[in-house]
Amino acid sequence: MSIWSRFANIFRGDRVNRELDEEMQSHIDEAIANGRDPDEARRTFGSTLRAREYSRDVKLPVWFDALRADILFGWRQLVKNKVTAGAAVLSLGLAIGACTSAFRLIDAVLLRPLPVNDPERLYFLTYQMTDGHSKPDTGDSFEYPLFRELRDVAKDQAALMAISYSGKIDLTYGSDLDMEKAYRQYVSGSVFPVLGITPAAGRLLSPNDDVKPGAHPYAVISYDYWTRRFGRDPKVMGRKFRAGNDSIEIVGVSREGFTGTETGTMTDIFMPTMMNSKAISNSNWSWFRIWLRLMPGTRPEQVREKLSAAITHFRREAVKTWPPGAPKERLEQYVNAPLSLEGAAAGVSGMQKDYRRSLVILGVVVALVLLIACANVANLMTAQAASRSREMALRVSIGAGQFRLLQLVLVESALLALAASVFGSLFAWWSAPLVVRMINPPDNPARLLLPADWRVLAFSVTLAILVTALFGIAPAVRASTVKPMSALKGGDDPHARRRLMHGLIAAQVAFCFIVHFIAGLFVATFDRLSSQPTGFAVDRVLTLETVARGEQPVAYWEQIIQKLKTVKGVDSAAVCSWALMSGNGWRSNIWITADTPQTDNPYFLAVSSGWLDTMRIPLLGGRDFVTNDIYPEVAIVNEAFAKRYFDGQNPVGKSFATETDKKRVRTQIIGYAHDARYQNMREPIRPTVYVPFNSITDKGGLRNKDWGTIVVRTAGENPSSLASILRQEVPSTRSEFRVSNIRTQKELVQQHTIRERLLAMLSLFFAIVALVLAAIGLYGVMTYSVLQRQREIGIRMALGAQARDVASRVMTQVFGMLLLGASLGLVGGVASERYIQSLLYGVKTTDLTMLALPALTIFTAALVAALPPVLHAVRIDPAVTLRAE
Amino acid sequence: MRRTDSLQGSIDLLVLKILSRRPHLHGYAIMNAIEEISGEVLQVEEGSLYPALHRIEEAGWIKAQWVTKDTGRRARTYEITAAGRKQLSTEESRWRAVTDAIGRVLRMA
Repeated sequence: MSIWSRFANIFRGDRVNRELDEEMQSHIDEAIANGRDPDEARRTFGSTLRAREYSRDVKLPVWFDALRADILFGWRQLVKNKVTAGAAVLSLGLAIGACTSAFRLIDAVLLRPLPVNDPERLYFLTYQMTDGHSKPDTGDSFEYPLFRELRDVAKDQAALMAISYSGKIDLTYGSDLDMEKAYRQYVSGSVFPVLGITPAAGRLLSPNDDVKPGAHPYAVISYDYWTRRFGRDPKVMGRKFRAGNDSIEIVGVSREGFTGTETGTMTDIFMPTMMNSKAISNSNWSWFRIWLRLMPGTRPEQVREKLSAAITHFRREAVKTWPPGAPKERLEQYVNAPLSLEGAAAGVSGMQKDYRRSLVILGVVVALVLLIACANVANLMTAQAASRSREMALRVSIGAGQFRLLQLVLVESALLALAASVFGSLFAWWSAPLVVRMINPPDNPARLLLPADWRVLAFSVTLAILVTALFGIAPAVRASTVKPMSALKGGDDPHARRRLMHGLIAAQVAFCFIVHFIAGLFVATFDRLSSQPTGFAVDRVLTLETVARGEQPVAYWEQIIQKLKTVKGVDSAAVCSWALMSGNGWRSNIWITADTPQTDNPYFLAVSSGWLDTMRIPLLGGRDFVTNDIYPEVAIVNEAFAKRYFDGQNPVGKSFATETDKKRVRTQIIGYAHDARYQNMREPIRPTVYVPFNSITDKGGLRNKDWGTIVVRTAGENPSSLASILRQEVPSTRSEFRVSNIRTQKELVQQHTIRERLLAMLSLFFAIVALVLAAIGLYGVMTYSVLQRQREIGIRMALGAQARDVASRVMTQVFGMLLLGASLGLVGGVASERYIQSLLYGVKTTDLTMLALPALTIFTAALVAALPPVLHAVRIDPAVTLRAE
Repeated sequence: MRRTDSLQGSIDLLVLKILSRRPHLHGYAIMNAIEEISGEVLQVEEGSLYPALHRIEEAGWIKAQWVTKDTGRRARTYEITAAGRKQLSTEESRWRAVTDAIGRVLRMA
């Protein structure tokens, strides 16, 4: 008989028993037929039960049979306590699901290796620098001439690759009217061979496709784009698209699963770096990351030193060509920027940088919620074990081993965890993509691969086992070490169980406090950040990024503005180089009086006349631009500018110098405008200079422009309703122009608080879950302890104790635990400061209100949860209780 | 849980040997055969025969079959398998080695 038939026998145990009996009976019959005395024949078998037991043990794997019995028994126990089991599965499932979901996100953004050869040997270069406001930051963008040099310097130890940022571009497979968007990355020729990417169709780019600037109009598309855009049409090879002025031919499709190197963005099109032809010999244009794959046996440090020396050498030469007057320490900083090699196994993206910390904190929050749920279930199991202590004692008395009892209780826990895991997986399957969808800056929503593969499965299984161990082992050990004598007598230490439960309550409160504290901080951050004044009217404004075929006279731009103003529903329109808070920026040196430039560069923005009015930025003095105003002759500055450079005096009539085409020019201030936000919500409003949209060329003529952003103020509440009309109106006015992108100003503003909104919403959600779980836990423990002390309370009341005494007696201990938990949570919360501070705005972890709020919420919830059991306690009727015993 | 039986080793050997000569015997017949051939010297008890049969069956050395007898009752008959024959020859040679060894000790001591 095989092992399988033995396992199979488990499920036909009755038949096995029957056959054993039948065989013995036939033996006895035979004996009797041969003249044996019937009684004696029967007696020779001894106890039939024992014989049966023995033969049965041979026929089935004993432990497995026991396990089957335990599972059945455990299942019956759970079904018997439907409500509690259901609540346990639900809360545990929610917590497990949230954890799995968080893992899926963390894995997809930070951990999952790129589908390339030996991802662990991939690195990318970063250097320390200071941002425009002298704050330390890390940079990772490089210029092509430097890359060329570095590639040669390190070629024996590492293969260097230039991989540009994934950018959204306009391209068309037909006429200009059919423009569409796609994400494009420039890659150096060695990228595909070094990463070991194979083609799914056609060919990939090789070093031969990356030799001469502008000479390799070829592109490889990703499998995802091939599927989405072309339905995997094999005829796509050889098709051409136009992007800008280049006509590019598709030569191949990269293999399935490879979507570029930027986690959070899926690249559609890969083009040789040489096709960014204007940037190849420009030493001041940084536009890609440098990736490297170390040769086997090379230490990163070796390569880093070599590259660092080469960069310093290169930059020292480069700064010699810079215009004089830059501060010396800034030059030194640039030349000697500390370089480091960072692992790039999981890809490199801005999303990772932005969301790393947030995701880890969310992971911690959901882990805490899971611990709270575990504590609940542990308490539930302990309480149940208490009511079953006599059953356990009975089992011990009739010979059950300690291990069997342990197994009995653990199996029940495992069943709970299993059911919760199933529920949790469903929750994670639904919720992880939902969270990704919330990371949706206009026009650039995060796209992540979220496969439910073995990594996720392994995580869920590990989590389920861990959870079972967490909430199952303590009650199981307690149940299995039961002493029959004392248990049947009523227990020798009835308080031991309660101590365990109270300890768990303290832990729950501590975790709950931390979760609430973090949620409070994030909600306050979001609230404060999104209520920061922008200085301009956000609603009812539509921004139209407009491009022209070839540079067009500003008069044509003006013509379009005039036409748009006549569209029904449009209040006013104007043009600027880009919308406020769109992420673009232009900063330039200025000189107020002396020969050295100011150390901090103000923002510049080119705007047409009527722009201030369209944006509802009030003028405090002077006048708005008129059509004849020309950059760099006149400018309008904001309050911050006046405060910074003119002691807050009205600066109209004053002047400062700027630099255009390396010539110093004097600019007259003709207007003084209210502060308006240029970049993001976090930084204070910076000095800003508005200059006329019209500018002058070296020859003295008006400069033609091929791009700009038209801003339109609408009469209606919903500016988007005009989007399609305006999109058509632009090319119909002048066919050289078309709208490449339309976004509302509101979207542009809100994109700066997406992360904060996400953190606030999710942490608030989990804070509520944590509170509900902790309250249920407290209610359960209080109810249990009142039930357990019913006799004691009855006696006290019979002896004259007042309701007040009883209530305080029942509550003191638990509320002591609450205090202990809250103080532990407080310590934990304050300790999280260092890690969390950079995500906050306008709040500190040491704010008294931030600490008081969770404490207040939790104590209120605790009071509500404790009320029913306490009421039950004071209503105990001594006569009834004592008679019942 | 299971008591070891001093006769256990030999019971396996006897059962296998009997079944190798006479296939399709039921438990009672095996018991009788052992008693008969050994001239009533070896007595097998029912209480240890059946567990032994089931254990040997579990090991795959014999296989069982239900047959309906003339009386209409079913009986479980056993026959030896190929694996059982192999086991039988190992057991036999081991038994011989042991008895030889014991014989030598008895002669020499």
